[in-house]
Amino acid sequence: MAVTIEDVEHVAKLARLALAPEEKQTLSRQLSDVLEHARVISAVDTTGVPPTSHALPLVNVLRDDVVRPSLDRDDVTGNAEWAENGAFKVPRII
Amino acid sequence: MEYETVIGLEIHAELATMSKMFCGCSTYFGGEPNSRTCPVCLGHPGSLPVANAKAIADSILLALALDCDITPRSIFHRKNYFYPDMPKNFQISQYDVPLSSGGQIVIDVGDRTRTVRITRVHLEEDTGKSIHVGESGRIHGAEHSLEDFNRAGIPMVEVVTEPDLRSPEEARVFMQLLRSTLEYLEISDCKMEEGSLRCDANISISADGVLGTKVEIKNMNSFRALFRALTYEEERQRFLLRDGGTVIQETRHWDEGAGKTHPLRTKEEAFDYRYFPEPDLVPLEPDPRFVAELKSGLPELPRARMMRLVEQYGLPEDISVMLTGEKALADYFERAVETGQDPVELAKWIAGDLVAMLKESVVPIRHCPLEPRGLGELVALVAQNIISGKMAKDVLREAYETGKGPKEIVDSKGLAQIDDAGRIESVVAEVIAENPEAAEDLRNGKEQALKFLMGQVMKKTRGQANPEMASEMMKKSLR
Amino acid sequence: MSIIFADALTISDMIKARKISVREVLEEFFGRIDEVEPRVHAYINLSREEAYLAVEGLEDELLRGADAGPYAGVPIAVKDVLSTRGFPTTCGSRMLEGFVPVYDATAVERIKAAGTIMLGKANMDEFAMGSSTENSYFGPTRNPWDLERVPGGSSGGSAAAVAAGEAPWALGSDTGGSIRQPAALCGIVGLKPTYGLVSRYGLVAFASSLDQVGPMARTVRDCAGLLGVIAGHDPNDSTSISAEVPDYLEGLTGEVKGLRAGVVKELSSEGIDADVLSLFKAGVDKLSDMGIECEEVSLPSFSYGLSAYYLIAPAEASSNLARFDGVRYGYRSPEEHEDIWEMYDRTRAAGFGQEVKRRIMLGTYALSAGYYDEYYAQAQKIRTLIVRDYGRAWQNFDVLVSQTSPSTAFKLGEKTSDPLTMYLSDICTIPVNLAGIPAISLPCGLSDGLPVGFQVMAPPLEESKLLNVAYALEREVGFEALPPI
Repeated sequence: MAVTIEDVEHVAKLARLALAPEEKQTLSRQLSDVLEHARVISAVDTTGVPPTSHALPLVNVLRDDVVRPSLDRDDVTGNAEWAENGAFKVPRII
Repeated sequence: MEYETVIGLEIHAELATMSKMFCGCSTYFGGEPNSRTCPVCLGHPGSLPVANAKAIADSILLALALDCDITPRSIFHRKNYFYPDMPKNFQISQYDVPLSSGGQIVIDVGDRTRTVRITRVHLEEDTGKSIHVGESGRIHGAEHSLEDFNRAGIPMVEVVTEPDLRSPEEARVFMQLLRSTLEYLEISDCKMEEGSLRCDANISISADGVLGTKVEIKNMNSFRALFRALTYEEERQRFLLRDGGTVIQETRHWDEGAGKTHPLRTKEEAFDYRYFPEPDLVPLEPDPRFVAELKSGLPELPRARMMRLVEQYGLPEDISVMLTGEKALADYFERAVETGQDPVELAKWIAGDLVAMLKESVVPIRHCPLEPRGLGELVALVAQNIISGKMAKDVLREAYETGKGPKEIVDSKGLAQIDDAGRIESVVAEVIAENPEAAEDLRNGKEQALKFLMGQVMKKTRGQANPEMASEMMKKSLR
Repeated sequence: MSIIFADALTISDMIKARKISVREVLEEFFGRIDEVEPRVHAYINLSREEAYLAVEGLEDELLRGADAGPYAGVPIAVKDVLSTRGFPTTCGSRMLEGFVPVYDATAVERIKAAGTIMLGKANMDEFAMGSSTENSYFGPTRNPWDLERVPGGSSGGSAAAVAAGEAPWALGSDTGGSIRQPAALCGIVGLKPTYGLVSRYGLVAFASSLDQVGPMARTVRDCAGLLGVIAGHDPNDSTSISAEVPDYLEGLTGEVKGLRAGVVKELSSEGIDADVLSLFKAGVDKLSDMGIECEEVSLPSFSYGLSAYYLIAPAEASSNLARFDGVRYGYRSPEEHEDIWEMYDRTRAAGFGQEVKRRIMLGTYALSAGYYDEYYAQAQKIRTLIVRDYGRAWQNFDVLVSQTSPSTAFKLGEKTSDPLTMYLSDICTIPVNLAGIPAISLPCGLSDGLPVGFQVMAPPLEESKLLNVAYALEREVGFEALPPI
């Protein structure tokens, strides 16, 4: 199952990664290799086998509706030099 | 060509829990940007979600009120997409195994009823808020945006209907009923203007029974906007089809100012959400006994109450709908009924004058300065002919504004209606004498003159003359 | 008498017996760090100042006879994937260079409460993706046994630090073998606990359904001690188990006679180094000598483990790493951006290394429309088959055994040109993570001067049994060699 350059571009858009042309080539090749190797699982008969999305048998892990202290403003924006008046500044969206 | 409008709604309501869905930050509205955040709702590396038990209970309650089946084992899913108001760039939501499904609710539109099927009710977390900085403050043409995550992580319940609605009016009625239901259950503030109740719609036109292409409409921020947007879109699509065009499947944005919908053009394309089960949360298996308890604890719901009030008290349906639109209002009415006064009269006073005054002074019914028994007192005064209906309006206003009881006001101001036939007779005679032209007009059959002459009688008696008596006497004298 | 190669519990006893001061202990270890770090590069950031400050207060407490924790004054290295409040946490990535967390991971809180002193944050493959620590933005760590070779990964820094005497013990994390494989390549002991036994709160997520924090140390006993500190329910982690945590140290009786060990057939076939295989077999013989019944067992689904893992792990990772976008913290591309989409694309392209990007791409693809059922969903079903195979095995065996890694430490740069070659290093360790069971690696000998690791696996929540078997084997093997550095 070959992963084409178009596939790579489409996936890079979903993953929000800017890729250089050589990177796209390399990834197309490498992803194809890995998926080709992984294809061995397609041959396995899994009819009636449920997927394991959670390794544990836990259910209903909940917490009470109680308010806990929030972070200080300094802690919130301390790792973002671009913050303005406590809000996170970002370039235009549209 | 038989055209039919087909509408389905997708509603999001913020739940009024104290803390957020997956962390303990307060959900209180407002505050400085990012003053109610923590590593979890900011998506810091290594943070993990823990689900709010009350949010789950509230969602189940809503699902039960909408007659849904509660899924024995449901799970959370991740909905993956990038947007600056998303702390993790995935939203924890539910996908193919939601909390509940398969319900229905009946709405009354004019003299018809419509059963609207509910596809599902599920739980998810809200996003943060973007403040767009630029000339208009709107997203188009903004220079940059500022992100505030106070709202991020607030629990939201999503209700999806089947495309069972057949007109913009039905959509509006449905939303109002849903809002009332949320209010009755006391699980949401449901303020569309504040954003705690949001609605998107899917609308299509079927031609001769063949389903049309559906268009998604977003950005309707009030019931009125919902109605206007769907009315516009219905017309747009019908004209398009009539003129031989095709409706494109797209998302359109309602522009309140322009009164139109436009296609939404963003760079955020390819909505491939890559849903997969949320590995950081474990499945929900609501205890059937707990669910049964919630079910038996459901309050009387809006429509049921509306019908009971009609049946039990003989209220006109439209007034009953009005009163039961808000639980507290209906509660007020039923407490007023305990005074023993005529329920229909009480209802009319509440639905008319009282609600108008509350709206004018922006006061919620639970803070109404006039107690239900005070209203009963007022109605009693009218029923006993102590004051006229018109006078009662003034007394009501004074009672509302001063907090004094109606009887006290009537007594202290000597407002009691004049029923003394002798007195009225003499006033009528006075008025006739002072207004010969009008009197002559009335003798000649001009009904307008009666109005004028009655006005003079009321002036002389400061509105306290028994209007029926005065009117009879006036007519008798001049025939 | 230098304590840099003493085990942690011994150092702890010495401190308690006042045979050495906590300050002296620190001086010894920082002295060793200064001596060998330029060559080994086990650490990304050292917390020298903070450590000395911490021991000042500690000296006083101990003098007063206050209870400063069961392991008061014992230094520790912490893999830089765990959140440490007020101290940089980079995950070996440019994306988090300079990032200072505002909270401590639960595991970190617990080791602090136990009185340990953090020496620094250990080097690692970027965002825990790798098997050699060559994927660190801050440069690779070198194996103390041979500086031209890798220490394994992704907890390569933690393993090398312990092996080289730069820390008596360390915290690592394991998603597909990241504690066990470097432990094997560096000749130390490393344990991956049952999924859910140790809180993941504060562990920067790679693959949420597979990640676990675990102890890495010189001896099985040390691992048992450290596990006891970090294990146990945490209300901040919804996937945290509530079961009682036994006293792991008490469980180390060394009595293993009559237990049954299964030798996994699918892990002893092709692709394993001849030397590694023969040392592993010698280890199995030692188990027999101790009265453990050893028999071959087949777990057929293990052949698919690698493929399933390389679909599930990147899929979860692609979602977990989406938060790194330059909006709230971390690296942000410094150029002028047309719009936020450009900012995202450039920030993530520059902030992440090649391996991370590769896995994000792989994971996104495996989850995308049209491929979900074929790849991700199918892999999750394979996972069920693996769980069932283990389940069947536990009916006849108390533990399962294999070598930890198909080879000894390979040379730096040897496997970096082809990702698949690197991925194959995880073949023996991966099934354990897919099933969520506990496993340990301990040294069973040297091959051409390079350590070989022996892996023991046990049923869920049977760490006591696991540690005890490892403890007994450790004694039989008597591995005392030290790296030449």
